[in-house]
Amino acid sequence: MTKKQIKDTILEIIAQIIPDEDLSNLKGDIPLREQVELDSMDFLDIIMELRKRYGIEVPEDDYVQLATLDGSIAYLEPRMKEL
Amino acid sequence: MVAKKPDEARIVITGVGLTAPNGNNLAEFRKSLLAGKSGIQKLNVRYMGEVLAGICHFDPLKYQKKKELRRGTRAGSTAIYCAQEAIADAKLDLACLDKSKIGVYLGITEHGTVETENEIYEIKQFDYDVKYWSHHHNPRVVANNPAGEVTLNLGITGPHYTLGAACAGGNIGLIQGLQMLLLNEVDLALGGGVSECTGSFGIFAGFKSEGALASHPDPEKACRPFDKDRNGVIVSEGGCIFVLERLSDALKRGAKIYGEIVGYATNSDATDFIFPSAERQVECMKLALDKAGISPEDIDIINTHGTGTIEGDPVECQAIREAFGEHPHAYINNTKSFIGHAMGAAGALELAGNLPSFEDYIVHPTINLDHLDPECHLNNLVINEPKKIDKVDYILNNSFGMLGINSVVIAKRFEE
Repeated sequence: MTKKQIKDTILEIIAQIIPDEDLSNLKGDIPLREQVELDSMDFLDIIMELRKRYGIEVPEDDYVQLATLDGSIAYLEPRMKEL
Repeated sequence: MVAKKPDEARIVITGVGLTAPNGNNLAEFRKSLLAGKSGIQKLNVRYMGEVLAGICHFDPLKYQKKKELRRGTRAGSTAIYCAQEAIADAKLDLACLDKSKIGVYLGITEHGTVETENEIYEIKQFDYDVKYWSHHHNPRVVANNPAGEVTLNLGITGPHYTLGAACAGGNIGLIQGLQMLLLNEVDLALGGGVSECTGSFGIFAGFKSEGALASHPDPEKACRPFDKDRNGVIVSEGGCIFVLERLSDALKRGAKIYGEIVGYATNSDATDFIFPSAERQVECMKLALDKAGISPEDIDIINTHGTGTIEGDPVECQAIREAFGEHPHAYINNTKSFIGHAMGAAGALELAGNLPSFEDYIVHPTINLDHLDPECHLNNLVINEPKKIDKVDYILNNSFGMLGINSVVIAKRFEE
């Protein structure tokens, strides 16, 4: 997957989890939870989707790296580039 | 003659919110009951294939966001819809009420089976590896879920819980609300019942294994209480929640009063897991009549529990004949013949469908009764067509369930 594809995938997963939110103006460098209503259970949904769809395991210690969209892309790029 | 109670000790219904397979509010539901309109349809159920069921068609997005729907349960969503509709019907403005003095009491037959079946189905794709088991599972399956979702949606901070009471649940939720008002634990009670059981293959399969799942080429004719050709239960979902208030509060705010709950009772057969006991049903009806301080002759309408099973229906008919004598004055009907068995919601829905009789003096019928089973003979059974009668002062509502739980509620036309 390219960076663009990874970004689109993350946004698609988030859109599925918080379908009432407008994601069109999300800033990549600001924590997602400051921009949209995304609580800890929603965040666990993102982790679960990555696991179910791509077999990606995100250890709890790494959760912080997925706080922003840019951080998520950077974290997932090496794990998804072969997909 | 019982001494008149003070208004603070009289509990009245001031709002009704419901969803049934043939109506999403009381007016629609009543219209269907008087028009003989069934709500039974074909449904594809996991592992079962095509079965017959009662499905509700309310709009869950009327009161919930998509995210809330995704996170919660069908029972929670049904309960939210009914609670919001009941409050709107009662013309209450929640913003002006002390939300810590509102209680939510919902009867359930089951809860959690749907969500558990779904999770097991989901992890089957991953060779049953439990790391794919949802973190949403526990809050979805805790038994208080449907009532708890109501409090989350409405910001109610008073007590909430469900009452596991099998198919007597709807009556039991109502009774619990009434009791909490009488104890002054709350100032407003949302009482009733819900069921999401049509999402569970296990419920259908369980009835089928018992030989008690109804079938018929025409879905709308499948639920046939008291008919010779009845062959079991139609599984349905649904919900019905009443706004209950002390009469003194209802009068103060000029509320519309649907009726007063004057009698209620619940008891246990203590005989069998499934088969009912006429003796205990008679006792339960008599207890409710005693509590209301009235005689069998005072009852004008009896809404039967009758589910359409071969074994169960004659037992209730025998119990009614014993409690009311061979020739009761009361007119007798059945709501499940239209909507199937809405399980935890059944008792509340069936009472609600009869409340308009206090105003229009019409008794809705039991439908699909073409060949009366002689064992189910009841005088004044209202068959297939509604019946206009001269007096409707008291309605008695039976709801019985597995493990021998019986419940009876008596509503009275409101009179100051």
